[in-house]
Amino acid sequence: MDFGFTTAAYVVAAVLFILSLGGLSGQESAKRAVWYGISAMGLAVFATLIGPGSGLWLLSLVLIGAGGAIGYMLASKVEMTQMPELVAGMHALVGLAAVLVGFNAHIELGRVLAMDEGARKTLEGFAALLAKKDSVEINILRVEVFLGVFIGAVTFTGSVIAYGKLSGKVSSAATKLPGGHMLNIAAAAVSLICLFIYLGSGGFLPLLVMTLAALFIGYHLIMGIGGADMPVVVSMLNSYSGWAAAAIGFSLGNDLLIVIGALVGSSGAILSYIMCKAMNRSFVSVILGGFGGTKGPAMEVEGEQVAIDAEGVASALDEADSIIIIPGYGMAVAQAQANVAELTRRLRAKGKTVRFAIHPVAGRLPGHMNVLLAEAKVPYDIVMEMDEINEDFPETDVAIVIGSNDIVNPAAQEDPNSPIAGMPVLECWKAKQVFVSKRGQGTGYSGIENPLFFKENTRMFYGDAKQSLGSLLNLID
Amino acid sequence: MKIGTPKEIAEGEARVAMTPASARDLQKLGFTCCIESGAGDKAGFSDAAYEEAGVEIVKTAAALWKSADIIAKVRQPSETELKRLTKAKTLISFFNPGGNEEGLELAKSKGATVIAMEMVPRISRAQKMDALSSMANIAGYRAVMEAGNNFDRFFTGQITAAGKVPPAKVLVVGAGVAGLAAIGTSTSLGAVTYAFDVRPEVAEQVESMGAEFVYLDFEEELQDGAASGGYAAVSSPEFREAQLAKFRELAPEMDIVITTALIPNREAPKLWLADMVASMKRGSVIVDLAAERGGNVEGTVKDEKIVTENGVTIVGYTDFPSRMAAQSSTLYATNIRHMMTDLTPEKDGQVVHNMDDDVIRGSTVTHAGEITFPPPPPKIQAIAAQKKAEAPKELTAEEKRAAEVAAFKQQTKNQVTLLVVGAALLLAVGLVAPASFMQHFIVFVLAVFVGFQVIWNVSHSLHTPLMAVTNAISSIIILGALMQIGSGSWLVILLASLSVFMAGINIFGGFLVTRRMLAMFQKS
Repeated sequence: MDFGFTTAAYVVAAVLFILSLGGLSGQESAKRAVWYGISAMGLAVFATLIGPGSGLWLLSLVLIGAGGAIGYMLASKVEMTQMPELVAGMHALVGLAAVLVGFNAHIELGRVLAMDEGARKTLEGFAALLAKKDSVEINILRVEVFLGVFIGAVTFTGSVIAYGKLSGKVSSAATKLPGGHMLNIAAAAVSLICLFIYLGSGGFLPLLVMTLAALFIGYHLIMGIGGADMPVVVSMLNSYSGWAAAAIGFSLGNDLLIVIGALVGSSGAILSYIMCKAMNRSFVSVILGGFGGTKGPAMEVEGEQVAIDAEGVASALDEADSIIIIPGYGMAVAQAQANVAELTRRLRAKGKTVRFAIHPVAGRLPGHMNVLLAEAKVPYDIVMEMDEINEDFPETDVAIVIGSNDIVNPAAQEDPNSPIAGMPVLECWKAKQVFVSKRGQGTGYSGIENPLFFKENTRMFYGDAKQSLGSLLNLID
Repeated sequence: MKIGTPKEIAEGEARVAMTPASARDLQKLGFTCCIESGAGDKAGFSDAAYEEAGVEIVKTAAALWKSADIIAKVRQPSETELKRLTKAKTLISFFNPGGNEEGLELAKSKGATVIAMEMVPRISRAQKMDALSSMANIAGYRAVMEAGNNFDRFFTGQITAAGKVPPAKVLVVGAGVAGLAAIGTSTSLGAVTYAFDVRPEVAEQVESMGAEFVYLDFEEELQDGAASGGYAAVSSPEFREAQLAKFRELAPEMDIVITTALIPNREAPKLWLADMVASMKRGSVIVDLAAERGGNVEGTVKDEKIVTENGVTIVGYTDFPSRMAAQSSTLYATNIRHMMTDLTPEKDGQVVHNMDDDVIRGSTVTHAGEITFPPPPPKIQAIAAQKKAEAPKELTAEEKRAAEVAAFKQQTKNQVTLLVVGAALLLAVGLVAPASFMQHFIVFVLAVFVGFQVIWNVSHSLHTPLMAVTNAISSIIILGALMQIGSGSWLVILLASLSVFMAGINIFGGFLVTRRMLAMFQKS
């Protein structure tokens, strides 16, 4: 089939992809949007298979089928709480694929350049495309390949580490090798030098050295970022995987790759921006890892954490009319979302107003809490964003904090010296009473003491969130 | 170390600073306990009960003061008692340090450490050892009981076959701990209860107890309870006038008046004057909880109950907690035990007198041969902290418009700058790059632009599905691999195959997970 058909198919696919992303603006249209995405992908693959330059399509189909089977298995059995790991793991695949495709482009280029005029004429497909390039274009191509491999490699190791941290296989604390960011800068400098050598010689060695440097950067960068910043990291890696695809698209001269890479890249960038804003931190400070230095001693936390048992919480809930539940990562860890949902159902059946307040960075992935609550069949119209619900706390009888810490820390507003000062937080302490379901007396991921736990209207409901909510359920009929 | 409790020698004092239960807890802290024979009798704790709790019974007070390292008692110690102190001994007791200079001097000359229970600062952490509060709570309750005892009608209103009984009207002046306890008791007995306090911020607490807060028609700077450590302070003469006028208005209606107004280290303010007493109905009862400091009521006689000419009973007892000795001893002993817990951080029976601790510093009045009273203000604000929130400045219509225009201009400026810089960069690239590159580059820039426009509209709750779906579609990189797989080189074919395989995982995994998630979002 000729080139025109492929291009036309690409245009259709690009439009469908854009519609697919745009459809995510609402829960209902999103269900349609996925189908747009799926058909776009199918169309693009089909058009490429029958288009110019591809061969071995039987092998391709078999490989896609095999990969698809694995993907299907992974996706069907993954727990919703493990979603952050899955997403991070899949980013790694895209990154690695980008590296390999980049290598291929390099190898093909070398092969084509080595041929004489006559042999070049007989080439077809991708090689033919390469053969037509003049020397300036070849240099540009090299830069593109180089960039694609670089971003792909960073994405690959970065995502692997992010996966490790999210799944608990790597300690989620921020750790850096001695030398800290100087090592990253050195590795980046090495990569830059490699670029110039590569442009000059066209050899494989500089490309390989750069790849190793990039792999190191990805590893070291993400190792230096703590668990609480993971939402930013994951969306950043998401963005990188897009840019890698775009760079590869340039080197292959494939517009669809460029368009989709750019779409994904900008989507990830926007998500990172939203997450950073929700934590009142600059993107740079998140990437450089760790919380910024404090400007002075933190405010003394005064008072006592007063514990309460399930009976106490149950009777308070019984008397309350309006209740707001604030879930956090702890709920995901304890797998307590089903109990939370059941509690919500029972309270609502008694005619009480129950709503959820979701902080943008609750959990380890943007929108993590929404997905967990949806899984447990909490209706999405009672799940509110921070800005929608923050003003309602003073009129609320009971706020229940389940496994969140920093996002409900009043120090962000009250203590200018706090590392999280200025971060927007859910003002749950303004409710008449606050119950905090928490495993123990420790601090959150950021390691900051939370004055909320010492407030006079706060009662600590210690214990594993799933069990304590389970015992609470027995007391509420 | 050894903790000992002597028998209280003050007339009529029935309380005791150690109970069998508190002794058990103290022993868990590593202390040994001893008590003077018969010290708990009046509070209902026999020597046998103490012995059973492992407390050594000491025959005489002298022997007890000699053998114990720490002496815990209730009432302000007498001169004889203070003389028994030595350098190594610690005394924990009510001490009235503000009005007991000789006592302070004497304790200082002996070199002993004295912890005055009334000086425990009013901060959340110290509530468990705040003996003033626990005693005030009892006094408030008992005040209502005493009033009821002397009042010959029901508290609650009733309609019976024998006629209608109106409910008693109770006014509680001063809504501190004692006042609130009195309010609670009185409302639960069914009386119509009113309460007054100079600190308007307690109105909410009063109302939460079921009483009605009596507001004055008076504009004054609010008293900030936090500034004075959670206690009331002296009010201005104008305020006092307004207050008295209100009381005068209320007096004829009230059946029972309970006054609890105290200002730290001062005479109790006179709030219920003779003319108010005179205007009250025959049979009414006044309980003056401030009698020890001269009383809030004109005509109160300390430690006595009197009946005025117009038949109003004024109760001026000062020993309300002692009248419920079993209850008050239990609470007081617990306060002492908490104090000891803070003093023995290692739970090894060794007292560590940490003068950097706000609570310990605040309540210590003599230590190491020095008088350490009055203490410096605690580092932490009292519980009553209540500041008037600064009202956000109301903007006028013009100001709002001006702000909007300015914001709009700023926005325009930002946008234009971005566009100009972007266009300049694009042109610069166009100058050097060949046409074939520019074609792709323009596509790229437009795609980024479309991406930004589209993604901003994605709803927050769908961010996880967004990531999953972008993840799936970023495996569009499969196209690159597919284009290369037809190459002649086996290495290229191998690498491309690997890429196709991985991208395949991603495509199916990503879309499927997205669908799973989206299917879960349901409307109620």
